[in-house]
Amino acid sequence: MIDTSADTAPWRLRDRLFMVGISIVLIVWSLLPIYHMVVLSLTPPREGFAGHLWPVNPTLENYVTVLTQGDYYLSKFWQQFGNSVFCAVAASAIVLVCSLMASFAISRLRPRFGPLVSYVALIAYFVPATFLAIPFYQVMNTYGLLGNQLSLILCVVAFATPYAIWVLQQNAHTLPDELDEAAKLDGATPLQMFVLIYVPLMMPTIVAVGAFALMLSWNEYLYAFLLLSDEAHFTIPVMLGQFMADDAAPWPLLMTSGVIYMLPPVAFYYLARQFQTSGMMSGSVKG
Amino acid sequence: MTTPATNRIVTSPAAVRRRGSLLSFEESWSLFFILPFALTFILFIAYPIAYALYLGSDLSAYPRVLTDPIYLQTLVNTFVFIVFGVGVKMLLALALSSFFVLPGRGVRLISALFLIPWVAPHIPTILSIRWMLNSDWGMINNLIFQLFRVDGPAWLTQPSYGMFSIITVHIWKYLPFWTMIIVAARLGIPKDLYEAAKIDGASPSQQFRYVTFPAIAGVFLTSTMLSAIWSLGDFNSIYLLTGGGPMERTNTLATMGIRYAFRKADFEAGVVTMMSALPVLVPLIVILLRRMREQR
Repeated sequence: MIDTSADTAPWRLRDRLFMVGISIVLIVWSLLPIYHMVVLSLTPPREGFAGHLWPVNPTLENYVTVLTQGDYYLSKFWQQFGNSVFCAVAASAIVLVCSLMASFAISRLRPRFGPLVSYVALIAYFVPATFLAIPFYQVMNTYGLLGNQLSLILCVVAFATPYAIWVLQQNAHTLPDELDEAAKLDGATPLQMFVLIYVPLMMPTIVAVGAFALMLSWNEYLYAFLLLSDEAHFTIPVMLGQFMADDAAPWPLLMTSGVIYMLPPVAFYYLARQFQTSGMMSGSVKG
Repeated sequence: MTTPATNRIVTSPAAVRRRGSLLSFEESWSLFFILPFALTFILFIAYPIAYALYLGSDLSAYPRVLTDPIYLQTLVNTFVFIVFGVGVKMLLALALSSFFVLPGRGVRLISALFLIPWVAPHIPTILSIRWMLNSDWGMINNLIFQLFRVDGPAWLTQPSYGMFSIITVHIWKYLPFWTMIIVAARLGIPKDLYEAAKIDGASPSQQFRYVTFPAIAGVFLTSTMLSAIWSLGDFNSIYLLTGGGPMERTNTLATMGIRYAFRKADFEAGVVTMMSALPVLVPLIVILLRRMREQR
């Protein structure tokens, strides 16, 4: 077999060109829809149908319209933005409480029924949420929560908690048992062990799981669209979906609010990416 | 299963230490800690599943659904969507993982950009693609016309192009996630395996075949099955792009079930439609459960 890693210059050049080619294809493929969104958001409202490849007559008019709620479709933009934030924060908080508590029990207290609970969580994680939309809607009707944002929050809680438990539990197994034993000798109750040892040490995973729940809630469309009926309660995805009702809707405005709606998760993601890599575990036992 | 005994948690530690008591001290506390999850699971997952099975036990809905020609078209579409959507996506993810495992800042930068489709919310990005693909005024057909002076295809309003567009959007959205899963698995392969293979004179393709692939085959298979399950539940790629149209010809089971239930107010038909995925869904979930538990 010929060793291709030997210094044969023509090969290297070909590899380089190949790499550059792949890079360009990947960047265009990944960013084209985003680019199109930004182009359309900078296009004057009446030129949405022109199919421009780059912004001809770029203007910030759309951004002004969205931020001042100057269109019928956007008349409650800020309220709906607030709804999205509220639902995401509330859902993530509940997901974290439920999943931290359950994963603590499974991985640190190790009851006989622990494996059963983690098994149940895993099954719930595998079930695609869409397949439960119809009965979930009916059940929310039974609970009298239809139209209430609580129903959307609980939906995110129901579907994000199992995954959160699974991830937390996997990471919790790496915490040294000596920590719990030392705390027990000092007379700590499980509740104190949970608050004072488990939660602080799990911080990096908590950030990852919290980000997952925030994103899930921020993105949720189907359930939000089914469960919420009053415009004042809509989250941003439901409002954006309304633009599909007719092609005459002002799509440049849709894309503009889409850009604004997209910024928080994208910014958050790139910030959290760096944070997740810094583990807090190192040195907690060796001292 | 855990709820009825939860009032036991208030008992003092000493009392529970007794030999022969039903639950140990730790187990009583466990019930308290598991309670919030147990409640949300029972109220919002288990009960809806039971309710769906109850609705699905209404046999009168089956003839209604099974004789609907749109339902049969939907079954075919779902099959095509899963086979091509999952198959092409996972093979591309495997191929691209060879690019993203390479060291260097350039690759890291591109991987950060490559993840954007997965990080960005579905709604605005898929709606952006919907506008781009509009055959009359979209950017893509405009580009095709400027380059070749021909009218581009009806990406969204012709059923087979519609399915093609749907599958492409699905791949666009989920390829980054699965690529990075495979990249992570590949980065976990011990370097000395490659050193040994190189010493034995293995070419890059032989290294892939005899070192890389055997090491990641498990992750690849698990990922493919998980992706198949979740793709069955992909509602947004279809609904936001074609809405199931034209004339309901591009629905999958997920969008069709929702359509029966909420457009035609026929909840039983909706549940029956969704349940026709169970013969695929249940075996996949059972196999996955076994695999995930073995890994631990």
